[in-house]
Amino acid sequence: MKKASAVLLAAAGLVVFGCSHPEHKTITLAGSTAFQPFAEKLAEHYMAAHKDVRINVQGGGSAVGIQSALSGSAEIGMADLLKLPDEAASLNSVTVARDGIGIVVNPKNSIVNLTKQQAHDIFAGKITNWKEIGGIDSPIRVISREEGSGTRRSFDKLVLGEDKLSASALFQNSNGTIREAVASDANAIGYVSIGLINERVKGVSYEGVAPNNDNVKKGIYPLARPVFFLTKASLNQQTQDFIAYVLSKEAQDILEKEGLIAVK
Amino acid sequence: MDKIISKLLFLAATSSTAILALIALFIFKEGVPIMAKSGLAHFLFGNEWRPLQGMFGIFPFIVGSLWITAGALILGVPLGVCCAVYLAEFSPKKWANILKPAIELLAGIPSVVYGFMGVMWLAPIIRTHLGGPGLSILAASCVLAIMILPTIVGVSIDAINAVPKSYKEGSLALGATEWQTVWRVILPAARSGILAGVILGMGRAVGETMAVIMISGNATIIPNNMLDSVRTLTANIAIEMGYAIGDHRQALFATGVVLFFFIMGLNMIALKFSRRKF
Amino acid sequence: MRISPAITQRLAKGVLILATISALGVLIFVIGFVLAGGFRHISWSFLTEPILDMGRGGGILPAIAGTILMVFVAIGIAAPLGIASSIYLAEYTEEGRVTQTIRFGINCLAGVPSIIFGLFGFILFVVILGFGWSIISGGFSLAAMILPTIIRTSEEALRSVPKNYRDVAASLGATRWQVVTRSVLPYALPGILTGVILGIGRSIEETAVVIFTAGSAVQMPKSLFDSARTMAVHFYILAREGISNENAYATAAILICTILIINVFAYSLMHRLMRGKS
Repeated sequence: MKKASAVLLAAAGLVVFGCSHPEHKTITLAGSTAFQPFAEKLAEHYMAAHKDVRINVQGGGSAVGIQSALSGSAEIGMADLLKLPDEAASLNSVTVARDGIGIVVNPKNSIVNLTKQQAHDIFAGKITNWKEIGGIDSPIRVISREEGSGTRRSFDKLVLGEDKLSASALFQNSNGTIREAVASDANAIGYVSIGLINERVKGVSYEGVAPNNDNVKKGIYPLARPVFFLTKASLNQQTQDFIAYVLSKEAQDILEKEGLIAVK
Repeated sequence: MDKIISKLLFLAATSSTAILALIALFIFKEGVPIMAKSGLAHFLFGNEWRPLQGMFGIFPFIVGSLWITAGALILGVPLGVCCAVYLAEFSPKKWANILKPAIELLAGIPSVVYGFMGVMWLAPIIRTHLGGPGLSILAASCVLAIMILPTIVGVSIDAINAVPKSYKEGSLALGATEWQTVWRVILPAARSGILAGVILGMGRAVGETMAVIMISGNATIIPNNMLDSVRTLTANIAIEMGYAIGDHRQALFATGVVLFFFIMGLNMIALKFSRRKF
Repeated sequence: MRISPAITQRLAKGVLILATISALGVLIFVIGFVLAGGFRHISWSFLTEPILDMGRGGGILPAIAGTILMVFVAIGIAAPLGIASSIYLAEYTEEGRVTQTIRFGINCLAGVPSIIFGLFGFILFVVILGFGWSIISGGFSLAAMILPTIIRTSEEALRSVPKNYRDVAASLGATRWQVVTRSVLPYALPGILTGVILGIGRSIEETAVVIFTAGSAVQMPKSLFDSARTMAVHFYILAREGISNENAYATAAILICTILIINVFAYSLMHRLMRGKS
C-alpha cells in the first residue's frame, strides 16, 4: 500500500510540477489541414535553427484557423480559402503560398482530361457513369471533402459554382484520405492539393491543362487557392520573426520543393 | 478524523455523477439552442445536411447509426453467444481460462487498427465481389461485430455462470443431453443477463467513432441497402468538428445531444436487464 | 421426423466450436497481420528518434512520450479518485438511495461514447479553461473516461476481501480508516491494480478523445501544456493519410505489443487474486 500511495503521490506531484509554465517561447499555428504538413515542415526547419522557440502546429481546418486566431488560442491561424469570410475582417492576413487543386482518379482509369462542364456534371451528380465521358461502363464514385473544409469551399466555388454537390458523394476528412480512397477504388474521383498527387493516383487535366505547379504559376490552370496566415493586429516578436521566415526565400523554396507555389 | 475522511471519500464517490452532469451541461448548452432554432422535428427528421446553408437535418445519420448497429448485432450476437456458451459449458476449464481473456483482448486492440484493417482488407473484397463503394454499411457492421464481441462474450459468460448449478444438475439427472440442458434450461435462465450484454454491445456499436469514419464512407444520404455508404452520428461529429464554427459547430454538439440520449436510453435498458447489483 | 438428441448435441457443439474458432481466428489474424507488417520496421532508432517529415522519417519518440505523459496525467487523477470512490461504496456506506444515485452515475458514465468525452474535453478544458490542445486537456478528458472502469474493478476487489479481515482489525479497536488501510486495501491491492492497468490500456488505445483535446503536434512535448500525439493518434494519421505504411505498421505493432503486455499483466494479477481467494 505504501508503495502504491508513493506512486500516486509522485504522479500527483508530477501533475502539479508540470503545471508551472514553460520557459521557451511558444508559437501556436492552427487551421487548414491542407497546409498543416507544410507548416510542420517549416516549423521543423525553423526550430532547428532557433532552439529557444517552440512551434505547435495544429490542424482543425480553415474555420478553426480563423476562430483560433480571433480567440487568441493560436498566434497564427492558417486558412486556405478563395476569399476570407467576413468574420476574419478584423485579422491581419498575409498570403504565404498558393496551392493548386488537382482532380484525381485511379491510375487504372483511362480518362486523362475533363472539360469544365464534365467536371461540373460529375461532381454535381449529373454524369454518373464513366462511359458517358468515354470511359468504361462503371458508376462514378464521387469523393469529396466534408463541409467547412477550405479545399472543399474553394473547389465548390471554382467547379460547381452555385450548384450542389452530388447527393451520393462519399466524404473523407483530409487530402491524404481522399488520395488513399481514390487509390484503392478504380471508379473513384476526388480532388487533392496538387502537391499530394503521387504515383498512387492520376491527376487529370482540366480543360486540357495538366495539374502542376508550373501551369498554376503561368496562370493557365485555374483550380488554385491562396493559403493565408491570419494574425491579430498586435504580434509578439517571435511570431513576427516566424512569419518573416515563412516569407523568406529559404522557406519559400522549401514550400516549392514540397509541392506548393511560392508567393515571393 | 474518521468523519473528515468519510466526507472526502463521499465527495470522491460523487465525482462520476458530477462529471456526467458536467458533460450533459456542456454538450446541451452548446447543442440545444440550434435544435430550438431549426426546430426539433426538422433537426431530427430533416433529410438535408448542408450546414453552410443552414440546413441541419440529421435523419440520415440516425438511420446510418441504426443500420450499422443492426448489422453489427446480427453478425456479432450469434457469434458472441455461441462463443460464450462453448466457453462456459462445453470447453475444458483449462481452455476457457485461456480463451476468455484472449477474446477479451479483442477489446484492447485500438479501434483505429480495426478500421485500418477494414479499409485494407474488407472494403476491397466487398467492392470487387459485391459491388458498391466497398466503404459501406456491410463493411462497418463486420468491423463493429468484431469490436463488440468481447462485451457480448464477457457478459454472457458471466450470465451463464450465474445460473445456479442445481438447474443444470437437475436437467442432466432427468436424462437430458448437455445441449438440451443448455438450450432449454441454462439459456432461458441466463436470458436477461445475455440481453444486457447485447444491449451494452449495442451501446458500444452506436458510440464507436474512429473505425466507423474510416470504413463507412461517410455519405450524407439515406442508404438503400447494405452496400451503400452511410454516415453515423458519431462520424458526423468527428469528421466535421475541426471545421465547424458558429451554427455548424452547435449543430455538431446537437448531434452529440441526440447521441447522448440514445446511449443513456440503451444504458438504462441494459441496467434493467442486468442481474448484477451494479 | 425427430433428430436424435445425440446428433443434435453433436451438431450444436460443432457450431459452437466453429464460432469460437472464428472469433479467435479474427484475433490471431488482426494481431498477426499488424505484427508481421510492423516488426520488420522496428529498430532501436525507431523508438528513440524524433518524428521527421510528418512521420515518413525518423522515429516515434515524441509519440511514446506523449502517450506516457498523457496516461500518467489520466491515471494520476482517475486512480486516486476512483479508488476513493470505491472505498466509499464498499466500506463506508450502506446500500440506499445515495449509493443508487452514485452507481447510476458511474454506470451511465461508463456507457458514454468516447466522442462525447472528446467534445466535452474540447469545450471545457481546451476552450473554456484555456488549456489549449495539451497533454493536460487530454489527460483530464481520459481520466473522466476511465474513471468508471477503475471504480468498478476496485470495488469488486474490495468486496472480495473476506469479512473476518475487517472484524479482526475492528475488534482490536482500529478506526474504520485504519481497518481499510491496514487490512482491506493490502488484500485488495492486486484487484485494484488490475483496474488501474485496465484504465491505462483504455487510455493508450483511445484516439477520438486525444485528437479533440490534445491535438496532434509532432514535436517532443516539453511541458504538460504542450500539445502532443499519442501512438494511437500517430498510427491513425500515418495510416489514414497514406504518409507511410511501414511506419504505421511499426507503430501499430508497438502499440499492440504494449497492450498485450498490459493485458497479460492485468490478467495474471487478477488470477493471483482469485487463487488467493479459493
